This record gives sequence, C-alpha cells and structure tokens, in this order.
Amino acid sequence: MIKINNLHASIDGKEILKGLNLEVKAGEVHAIMGPNGAGKSTLSSVLAGREEYEVTEGSVDFEGIDLLELSTEDRAREGLFLAFQYPIEIPGVSNVNFLRTALNEIREYKGLDPISAKDFMAMVREKSALVELDSKLASRAVNEGFSGGEKKRNEIFQMAMLEPKLAILDETDSGLDIDALRIVANGVNQLKSPANATIIITHYQRLLDYIIPDFVHVLFDGRIVKTGTKELALELEEKGYDWIKDEFSTVG
Amino acid sequence: MNFQQLDEMEIATNVSKISQFVTNFRENNLLIGDRLRDSSKLVLAQNDFPTTRHESWKYTRLTKLSQLSLTTTEKINSPVSVPLKSPHVISIVNGNIVDVPSIPGVNVFRLSECSEKQLELVGKHISIENDVFQALNTLYLKDGLIIEIQENQQINDAIQLIFETQESSIFCPIRIIIVGKKSSKAHFFQHFSGKGTGLTLPVFEYFLEQNAHLKVDKIQMENDESFHIATDQVHQERDSYFKINTITLSGKLVRNNLNILVDGENCETNLNGSFLLHDGQLVDNHTIVDHLKPNCNSNELYKGVLNGKSIGVFNGKVFVRPDAQKINAFQSNANVLLSEDASMNSKPELEIYADDVKCSHGSTTGQMDEEAIFYLRTRGISDKSARALMTQAFIGDVLNQIDSEEVRSYIESKLIEIHGWTI
Ligand SMILES: Nc1ncnc2c1ncn2[C@@H]1O[C@H](COP(=O)(O)OP(=O)(O)O)[C@@H](O)[C@H]1O
Ligand SMILES: [Mg+2]
Repeated sequence: MIKINNLHASIDGKEILKGLNLEVKAGEVHAIMGPNGAGKSTLSSVLAGREEYEVTEGSVDFEGIDLLELSTEDRAREGLFLAFQYPIEIPGVSNVNFLRTALNEIREYKGLDPISAKDFMAMVREKSALVELDSKLASRAVNEGFSGGEKKRNEIFQMAMLEPKLAILDETDSGLDIDALRIVANGVNQLKSPANATIIITHYQRLLDYIIPDFVHVLFDGRIVKTGTKELALELEEKGYDWIKDEFSTVG
Repeated sequence: MNFQQLDEMEIATNVSKISQFVTNFRENNLLIGDRLRDSSKLVLAQNDFPTTRHESWKYTRLTKLSQLSLTTTEKINSPVSVPLKSPHVISIVNGNIVDVPSIPGVNVFRLSECSEKQLELVGKHISIENDVFQALNTLYLKDGLIIEIQENQQINDAIQLIFETQESSIFCPIRIIIVGKKSSKAHFFQHFSGKGTGLTLPVFEYFLEQNAHLKVDKIQMENDESFHIATDQVHQERDSYFKINTITLSGKLVRNNLNILVDGENCETNLNGSFLLHDGQLVDNHTIVDHLKPNCNSNELYKGVLNGKSIGVFNGKVFVRPDAQKINAFQSNANVLLSEDASMNSKPELEIYADDVKCSHGSTTGQMDEEAIFYLRTRGISDKSARALMTQAFIGDVLNQIDSEEVRSYIESKLIEIHGWTI
C-alpha cells in the first residue's frame, strides 16, 4: 500500500523527519506512538502534501505511484485520507456541499459520472449513522461550532464518505471520552477491509483496545526507532517515553 | 510620478471637461421647475468632475470617465432578456423607456407626462450642491418614471426594472421615483447589463410612507468597459421597512451612493452589498444611514472579494441625531483580497449624538484562509474549486439576505458565468 523510505523533511530549514522508514500493506492497521514533538503530525502533513514542508531526501511509494510528485488533491483522489489532529472550521461551507464537491471531483478523476443527489443523500444518511453524527451536523458548516468530539467524528464521517485506501488518523482519539472513543473506533473498524489500510497516530494505548493494530511503532526524533505488536503500546503506556529517549537520543 | 503630481496634472487639463463631456447631450424639457434646472446648470458651470482630492472621491479616479466621448440615442435595438418569471417588467434600453406595463395596485407615470406638481418629488431629499452627477442627471435625463404602490396594496410578484445598454459609447441617465404609499408592500428587482463603454447614471428616489414595506435587489453586471454611477436616495416615514441588496458582479467603475433618511419612529432599514472584482475593476460603495427619529433598527453588511489588480472602496456613515434615542445601528464590512495587487479602502464612520443607543461597526480585510484551502484539498477538491467554495461561503452571508430564492439562484448562475466558478 505505502512504502516510506528514508524520508527527510524540514520546515523553515529545521529538519523534523530524519530518515523515516515505514511500510504498510493492504489490510493492515499500524499504530504510531511517540512523545510530543517527535514528528508524528509532520509525517502526516508531509504525506498529505502540505506545502510548507520540504522533503529533502527519501521516497514515498503509494500503490506504485510516487506520492511526493502528486498535488494534495490528487493524493486524496488516489485514495489517501488524513484525519486532522486539529480539524479546521470553515464558516459558510456546508459539510454536505463540500463532500459532494469532493466526491464528484474524485469520481471525475477516476472517469466516473457524478453521483446522483439521491444516492448522495442516502450515503450521507448511512455514513453519518455509522459515526452517530447527528444528520443536522452533516448539513451545517464544516466544523463550525462543533465540540471537540463532534469534530473528530466529523473527520471519520468524511473518511467514511470518501472511502480511502489509506487513512491516517492523527490523534483522532485525543480529548475524546470513552463513549466518543468507542464510536470513532467502531466507525474505523467497520470501514476496515482487506483492500485498505489504516495508520493510527495516538498517545494513548486505550484506543488500541478498540482498534487492534497489527504493528505498533515508536516515532522519536524524526525516525521510527522501535516496532512491535500491541504489547509495545502497553509497555509505553506503563513506562512512558523516557527509556526511549535515553536509548535513542542523538547526542548534542 | 507621485499621486500629488498626477492630481495637479488632472486639474491643469480639467478646465472644461464637463462642458466637453456634455457636448452631444440635449437638455430635457421636463417640468422639474426653474429652481432645480437653474441650480443644476450652475453646478455644471462652476464645477468639474471631482478629483481624488475630494474627500468622497478619494480612491475613485474619474480621469478615464471624464475623457469619454458619449452620445445619447433613441435607439432600441432589441428586446431585453428578462431574468425573473414575474410578469411585471419595465425595460429601459439605452436610457429609453420601452414600455410602461399596467400592474394592478400600481400607478406608473412617465416623468415626461407629469405635471410640475408631480415632479416636485424629483430631487426632494437630494442635495445637488457641487454634485455634478446629480446635475448631469437632472438636466440631461430624457425621461423617467414615478412608480406608486397604492395604499394597502401588496404586490406579490417582483417589479423588474431591466436596464440594458445595447450600444457602445452612450450616456444613459435615468430617474426612477418609487413611492410606497401607506401600508403598501412591494419588491423591486433592478438589473443592469449591457455592452460597450458608456456611462449609466441612474437616480432612484424612494419615498416610504407610513408602514410601507419595500425590498430592492440591485444587480449590477454591465461589462469590463462600462461606467456606472448610481444614487439611491431613500426617505422612510414611521413604521416603514426598507431593504436593499446591492450585488455588483461586473463593471469597470461602479459607484453607488446609497443615502437613507430614517425620518420616522419604529423603522427598520437593511442595506447589504456584495461585490466581486476581477482585474481592472473598481467598485465604490458610499452609504449613509441617517437616523433622525428614535426607536429604529438599521443593519448594514457589505462584503467584497477582490482579485487581480482591482480596487474596492467602502465608506459607510451612520448618523444618530440628538433626538434619535433607542437606536440599534449595526454596520459591518469584510473583504477578502485574492491577489497581492488588489486593494481595499474601507472606512466605517459612526457619528452619534444621542446617548441611549446601541451601535457597532467593524471592518476587516484579509486573505483567503490557506489552512482551510489545504483542508478542502486533502479531501480531493481542486485548488480552484476550494477557493470558489470559500468565496461563495464568504459572500453567502450577503446572498442569504436576499429573500427571493429566484433572485438568489439567478445571481449564483451569473457568478458561475462571469467568475467561472465551478460550483
Ligand atoms: N512551522 C514550524 N516551524 C518550525 N518548527 C515546527 C513547525 N511546526 C512544527 N515544528 C516542530 O516540529 C516538531 C515536530 O512537530 P509535530 O510533527 O507536530 O510533532 P508531534 O505531532 O509528534 O507532536 C516539533 O519540534 C515542532 O516544534
Ligand atoms: Mg501531532
């Protein structure tokens, strides 16, 4: 699905990703954990194509395509989805209007006809039910006046609507109570298939009780420094990151 | 060369721009009264086109306009295209009134057929002093209309005033007087379109009697070469409701003077505007809301989107006179600059002489929210449609003030046509 090889990226001349390697195959769920400032959001931003970041070295192969050559919108059209750590509020742009535009531009890219209004509305109903998002919120302006939990559910709702091949969830669980967490996890699990994959960036092991990862990685100082199974997440929860820091900190 | 020098050059070559400008125009013989006629002549004799040294024309340069060589014409080339379904259509082609329909509940008179007494309404609340455009309109308008909504009449279908310029290089002064009699209600749709360089100089005067209710949607979409200087002068008596939405989609230079005298208690006044400019355009909205009496509400919302090398001007004055207690007056102007070459000059002014009032004003000019654009693009939306979505959302606040669904969707279709939006 995606193969990240020796990725280096910097912002304002400061190197954040320092040779990151990661491979995710179809059907897999990977969790990425790591202390604040390790570069987790930077990784997701670089993959999504945020222009402020400069990739100085390395490559990203996404289903046989050189991902880094594509514009942000084409990455999405090829099936990459990013659930933002901090979803943006867009006053005046309604969720459904924007999703219909997105769906149709993705369909156009794939040479498909636009979705009919009827099919679209049926899809909105089905997918918003999946994340228990009030259908009133679906027609409101994007994230405007949404609570933190509603914003995160809205990210998963959008993911459900766009049916990506690879979804990256950047701390979607942060700040959620158990109920909201369960809803979000449930949404993600239902969308899981042998043909797609998920990267879950998280701070907290508890999400991984609901979404069982195939692999858990530790991202530290711009690199994946440790990889294990879900037991690694438990260990991190228990011991914190200091031992990682001690082991992997680059001197100076 | 700096602006100061430019202005001085303008003065030097200005000597008789007005007299040159009017060479091809013929003075009318409407029964507007000697006093108005004489004072108009005096204004034109003693003044020239205002320069940017005039406070109210500070950002709006009229040099190109003053150099136009325009004529008037009696020609009506073809029927106008009518945007709305309503059967009440008054079409004005090249400044000529094509026909005057009969509308149940409404009296329509041509100014050319009005008595001097009826024409006392002409310019009643307009100060002509030093205002060459008022003087030009008054002296050279060929005809105009008085449209009177009869007492207690509610006109459900919009009265469409369709102004079309079908020839190049013509001067189209026109004057429409709208009287909302006691407890009447009507919706006016003004639509300006046309081709070629030229000056459209419409003056609208609205008289709202007690408890009258008037809504006006004004759509300005002439062309990249056209000049348009409009005056909308409103007088509200007690318990009346007035709402005007001014939507400017095209034009080389558009100046709107909107002056509202709220001269009665318990009135509501709404003035909204939106303008979308591309390269080379200038739109200047000057508004005045003058609260003379207590217990009234006014709301003003103007939003602009400026692209390319365009210039926007907003000057909004709100006066609350000493006796006008318990006034709620809100004003807001927000603009988005889509290009580095675009500029916006926004000046809200509140002058409050009463103590028990609630007033607020705000003005913001900023860029497009690039974070939001990125967010939309990560969902597969192209950069271009993301910007279109954002722009539509931005002016959506203003478009939502238009009560007629039909007018709104007409404007949206024109936005796509003129600004190439894909939504
Ligand atoms: N615009 C920026 N300019 C400079 N440094 C930045 C910028 N944005 C983020 N950083 C730095 O990059 C590092 C990684 O940040 P981030 O990827 O957000 O970490 P994480 O998501 O793992 O908490 C941090 O040290 C942060 O301070
Ligand atoms: Mg982060």
